[in-house]
Amino acid sequence: MTPMSPHLLWLIPLLPFAGFLANGLLGRKLPRSAVSGIALLCTALPLALVAWLVATFHAEHLLSLMTGHHAWIEISGFQVPYSLAVDHLTLVMLTVVTGVGFLIHVYSAGYMAHEEGYWRFFAYLNLFMFFMLTLVLAANFLLLFVGWEGVGLASYLLIGFYFTKDAAANAGKKAFIVNRIGDFGFLLAMFLLISHFGSLSFASVFAQVSMHPALQGGFLTAIALFLVLGATGKSAQIPLYIWLPDAMEGPTPVSALIHAATMVTAGIYMVARCHVIFDQSPFALGVVAIIGAATAIFAASIGIVQTDIKRVLAYSTVSQLGYMFLACGVAAYSAAIFHLVTHAFFKALLFLAAGSVIHALGGEQDMRRMGGLRHRIPVTFWTMTAGVFAIAGFPPLSGFFSKDEILYQAFASPNPLGKLLWAVGLLTALMTSFYMFRLWYLTFFGAQRFEEHAAGHTHEAGHDDAHAAHSHGVHESPWSMLAPLVILALLAIAGGWIGIPKALGGSNHFEHFLDPVFARAAEPLSTVPVSYTLERILACISVLAAVLGLFLADYFYRRRPDAAAKLSRSFSGLHTTLLHKYWVDEIYAKIIVMPLMMLSRYVLFYVVDKGVVEGSAATAAAGTRGLGSVLRRMQSGNIRSYAGWLAVGAALLLAVTIFGRAILVRF
Amino acid sequence: MVPISYYLVLAAILFSIGVGSFLIKRNVITIFMSIELMLNAVNLTFVAFAHMWGNLSGQIFVFFVMVVAAAEAAVGLAIIISIFRTRETLSVDQVNLLKL
Repeated sequence: MTPMSPHLLWLIPLLPFAGFLANGLLGRKLPRSAVSGIALLCTALPLALVAWLVATFHAEHLLSLMTGHHAWIEISGFQVPYSLAVDHLTLVMLTVVTGVGFLIHVYSAGYMAHEEGYWRFFAYLNLFMFFMLTLVLAANFLLLFVGWEGVGLASYLLIGFYFTKDAAANAGKKAFIVNRIGDFGFLLAMFLLISHFGSLSFASVFAQVSMHPALQGGFLTAIALFLVLGATGKSAQIPLYIWLPDAMEGPTPVSALIHAATMVTAGIYMVARCHVIFDQSPFALGVVAIIGAATAIFAASIGIVQTDIKRVLAYSTVSQLGYMFLACGVAAYSAAIFHLVTHAFFKALLFLAAGSVIHALGGEQDMRRMGGLRHRIPVTFWTMTAGVFAIAGFPPLSGFFSKDEILYQAFASPNPLGKLLWAVGLLTALMTSFYMFRLWYLTFFGAQRFEEHAAGHTHEAGHDDAHAAHSHGVHESPWSMLAPLVILALLAIAGGWIGIPKALGGSNHFEHFLDPVFARAAEPLSTVPVSYTLERILACISVLAAVLGLFLADYFYRRRPDAAAKLSRSFSGLHTTLLHKYWVDEIYAKIIVMPLMMLSRYVLFYVVDKGVVEGSAATAAAGTRGLGSVLRRMQSGNIRSYAGWLAVGAALLLAVTIFGRAILVRF
Repeated sequence: MVPISYYLVLAAILFSIGVGSFLIKRNVITIFMSIELMLNAVNLTFVAFAHMWGNLSGQIFVFFVMVVAAAEAAVGLAIIISIFRTRETLSVDQVNLLKL
C-alpha cells in the first residue's frame, strides 16, 4: 500500500462537509435512500482514509504527519496557519470518531426511517462529523476551537431536532448557553497563550513550555485552569454538566454519537492534548482530578434513581467522563484515552440498544413501564447485556480493563489525594454497576408493565421519537439497527484487550501506542515502585464492587421488587434529593439565571435599551425636528427676503475683509 | 481736482439706494431700475479708479458693463411684458408660483 500523502488529510473532514452540503441543500428533494446513501458514503470514506492512515503509520513507523502551513490569520508577526496534524493520539480519536460515527449513521438510517426531516437529520449528522474531525485533526488551538464551537452548533441543532417540542428546543438552548460559559474559558486561555507565547500552534507552544518549565508556573496554571473550564463545559463536568441530561431530548442516535461517544470526550481529548501544560501545573491537575472524581460519584448517585432509560445512561455518561477526568488529573492520560475508547464502544452500544428498546415499545422511555422484554427482542437484549457487563466492569470485557487502569493509576499516583480518589472511584464503580443492572432488570426482566397493543400508541408528548405511527406492538428492530449493535457489542467485549495491563498477563499495547505522545507524562509515575501484586489486588476489589452492584440490583429489582420502594420510602429525604438531582438546576436557576434575567429585564432592557438607546434615538429625532421647524422659516419662498439675506451676507463679508485683519492684528 | 473719495462715496450712496429699493419695492419695473442703478454705481467706481491710476482698462470695462446691461434690459423687459400678459400684475409678491 502506498503511504498516504499529507494533503489527503484534508479529505477526512471535508468529505462529511460535502455530505452536509449535498444533503443540506438538495436533501429535501431527494428520496430517503439517496439521503442516507450520501451520508453513509461521506462517513465511510473518511473511515477508509483513517484505516489507510493507520496502516501508513504502522508501516512507516511514523510519529506524526502534518499538512503544510497555509497562512490563515497573519497580523504583524503573529500568525495562525490552517494546518492539520496527526499523531498517535489523533489516530485513536480518528478511529473512534469515524468508526463509531459510521456505525451510528448506519443505525440512524433504520431508526429515523419514519421521521420527518430525514434529510435534515443526516445533514446535521454529517456537519457534526466534519467539525469533530476538524477538532481532533487541528494542529493549533484556534482550529481546534473552530471544531469545538462547530460540534457545539451541531449538538444544538440535533438536540433541538424535534424543534416543535418545547422541551427539545429548550434543551438545545440550554446546551448551547452552558457550553458558551466553557468556551469563554477556552477563549481566555487562548488569549493568554497568544500574549505569552505569541503562537497558538501546539508544536510551538508545547516546545516553549517544555523548554522553560520553571519560568511560567503561575501563568501556566492560569492557562490550564481556563482550559479546564472549557473542558468542563464540553465534557459535562461539575459545574457545567447540567446540559447533558437534558440533551437526551434529541433523537437517540444523536445521544449515542454526540452525547456519549464523541463530542463530550472533546474535553478529555483537549486536556490530554495539552498534557504538556498540565504536567507543569500540579495544582491544575489536582483540580482536574477532584472535578473528575466529584462528578463521577455525583452523577452516578443521581443515575441510581432516574426512571427514564435515556437519562440513566446520560448520568452514567457524565459519571464515566468524570472517570476520564480523574485519570487526566493523575496524569494517566493514556488511561483516560483508553477509557474514552472503550466508553465510546459500550456507551454508544447502550444508547443504541436503548434506542432499539424505545423503538420496540413505540416511543416509551420510562423503565417503570417496560419489563420482561428479554425474549421479545432477543438481539437487543443480548447486545445490551454485553454493554451492561462492560460498563459495570466485569472481566474480561472492555470496561473492566480501562476502569481498572484508571483506579490503579489513581491509587498509585503521587497525588496526596490519590487514595481518596481511588476510594471515590471504587464507590462510583459500585454505583455504576448497581444502576446499570437496575436498568437491565427493569427493562428486560420481571413482569411486563406495559399494555401490549397500547404500547405503540402511548406516545406521550414528553417523549421523543415519534414511532407511534408505525408501531404494531413490541417488535425487534430492523437489521440496519441491529447490525451496528452487534458490531458494537463485539467491540465492547473485545475492545479492552488492546490494553490488558502487564499485571494481568497482557502487554498494554494501548499505552505503548500512545507513548510517543505522552512520553513525558509517564515519567512521574515511574518513581512509584511497580507492584503487580497491588494492581492485582485492586483489580480484584473493583471486580468485587461490580459483583456487589449486580447482587444488590438483583435483590432489589428482581427478587424483591417491593424492597426498593420500601427503601426509598424509608430514606425519602435522600430519595427525593436524588430524584431532583440535588436541586442543582433549581439552585442554578435561583442564583444565576434569575439574577441575570432581572439584570437583563430591569437594567439592560428598561434602562439601557428603552432608556439610553431608544431615548437617544428619540432625542436626536426630536432635536432635528425642532431645529428644522426653526430653520424652515428661512426658506420663505419670498425672493426679496433671499435678496435681503444676500445683501446681509455680502455686507458681512465686506466687514470681515475690511475689519477682520485689524481685529486679528490686535489680538 | 475732485478727490477720489468723493466719487467713491457717491457710488456707495447710489449702490445703497439701489439695494434698498431692490429690497423694498414691489413693482418689477422699479426693481429693474434699481438693478440698473447698482450697475451704474459700480461703473462709477470703475471710471474713478481708472482715472486715478491712469489705466484705461477700467473704462473699457465700463463699456462692457453697459453693453451687457443694455442686453439684459432688453431681455428683462421682454420677460416683464410676458409676465404682465399672463398674470396681469407687476407686483413680485404675486408672482410666486415656485413658492411652496
